[in-house]
Amino acid sequence: MGKKKKTEAKVLSQAILAEGIYDLWLETDLAMDAHPGQFVGVYPTNKSTLLPRPISICEVDRDRSAIRLVYRVVGSGTAEFALYQPGDYMMILGVLGNGFPLTEAAGKKVVVMGGGIGGPPLLQTAKELSGKGDVTAASVTAVMGYRNQETFLADDFRKYSELVIATEDGSVGTKGNVIDAMRQQNVECDVIMACGPMPMLRAIKAYAQEKGIKAYISLEERMACGVGACLGCVCKTKEVDHHSYVHNTRICTDGPVFDAEEVEI
Amino acid sequence: MNTQVEIAGVKFKNPVMTGSGTFGSGMEYSDFVDLNKLGAVVTKGVANVPWPGNPVPRVTEVYGGMLNAIGLQNPGIDVFVERDLEFLKKYDTKVIVNVCGKSVEDYLEVVERLGNESRVDMLEINVSCPNVKEGAIAFGQNKDALFDITTRIKKVAKQPVIMKLSPNVTSIAEMAKAAEAAGADAISLINTITGMKIDIHKRKFALANKTGGMSGPAIKPVAVRMVYEASHAVKIPVIGMGGIANGDDAIEFIMAGATAVAVGAMNFHDPYTTEKVVEGIESYMKRYNVEDINELRGIVE
Repeated sequence: MGKKKKTEAKVLSQAILAEGIYDLWLETDLAMDAHPGQFVGVYPTNKSTLLPRPISICEVDRDRSAIRLVYRVVGSGTAEFALYQPGDYMMILGVLGNGFPLTEAAGKKVVVMGGGIGGPPLLQTAKELSGKGDVTAASVTAVMGYRNQETFLADDFRKYSELVIATEDGSVGTKGNVIDAMRQQNVECDVIMACGPMPMLRAIKAYAQEKGIKAYISLEERMACGVGACLGCVCKTKEVDHHSYVHNTRICTDGPVFDAEEVEI
Repeated sequence: MNTQVEIAGVKFKNPVMTGSGTFGSGMEYSDFVDLNKLGAVVTKGVANVPWPGNPVPRVTEVYGGMLNAIGLQNPGIDVFVERDLEFLKKYDTKVIVNVCGKSVEDYLEVVERLGNESRVDMLEINVSCPNVKEGAIAFGQNKDALFDITTRIKKVAKQPVIMKLSPNVTSIAEMAKAAEAAGADAISLINTITGMKIDIHKRKFALANKTGGMSGPAIKPVAVRMVYEASHAVKIPVIGMGGIANGDDAIEFIMAGATAVAVGAMNFHDPYTTEKVVEGIESYMKRYNVEDINELRGIVE
């Protein structure tokens, strides 16, 4: 893995995928080191801001030396990002965190599960496991949960996996959450890789325990440095952590992806 | 051109240090900056035993800065000595270890333990963290308590002692004088300013701890004023910090009376900030033909 750095990235394209959901391609040499499930810190230029915004890498295109970020506008920082046009430059910090442990999925039936804006990092995960990377799974099924019929990235997931959809309002696929969709559509798997809101991750952890399978979950927390120095973004752990020597692990550096059994969520 | 400064007999190649808690023990930032180029690495606070810190959320951004309530999470002195101090042995920079505790005895235990460590050039005593319920700021908001803990630490410390002061006091000059009278070799300031943020959409505090310490460029004028007042109240050296983002900011603190400066929250904005501050100080000196950085100290009367 290359050294982390703060670097300039050129905007190649930006599109709107759904209400408040943006699709940004950036040209950066960080693409060469990017692993599914890792993230970058993106800096707003507004002088009133201090901290980089952690955004997961949705897709990597090494031929164009580009990364794709699919993000939701949630505050003034991401609102600024939404204004960027092709040819503009942004400052990013990366590549951050450890991604999904793809070797754990080698030759296995894998389900990637995403809820809302947790879906994007699973796309590159599905892409690589479907035969485009170093490790190939026996099968890849994407189970994606959305609020309504705005099922952003659905066509992208269909390229690399079977796609099962759950919507809160029942407008598409199973009415309910991703676990409801798993059960209703009899999706079977040996390992789960997931990212989404905390209630969903808790449900996935319980589901994996029930089925006796492994689940790797990507966590989110308020971050400051993004590189493991400030100890802002910690998660409780079952055992004493190897770095902190207390029951806390750093999401930015030791995560954001963890074995669901190792973290107390 | 001389950028070397001296505090309590310890010579620093330049006046630029890291703000405790913002830089770990340097390991995480060694991807970005050459630690050999810094005057000193000031480590994250360490206690006699591991501390778990506060619940999350621990950090939040505010206009021109941030609030943190980490709660001094640290792995304890044993791991610190074996891992962090060992790591720092590779570098040619001074090492200042920040020490925290819940009771005076906690502090003394760490200070005594570090007495045998030749890699430790100085100690910085954290009596100003606003985010823990016991210890820390309890010693830093009352001048008698500050005098007492400083006296007791000085009795056992083998390295020179810096007392890190809180801005959350009525008179910073009185606190600086109390530290000096008790034998402190230097003081550093400011620690963070207690603040609060409420998420009006969730109708909750932004931090689990409700309050947090504010840092970042927005606090710089407060810090400059306090460094000025403290440095005019005492004869011991002052290490100034609070929102330093570039060489010009560092020069401002030095002109206010600081012998050295530390870069804190801005490391999070730009991990190269410490090195850029070193370069910025040098370019200021070239521009104005300053031969020796020490000429600028307290130049504004």
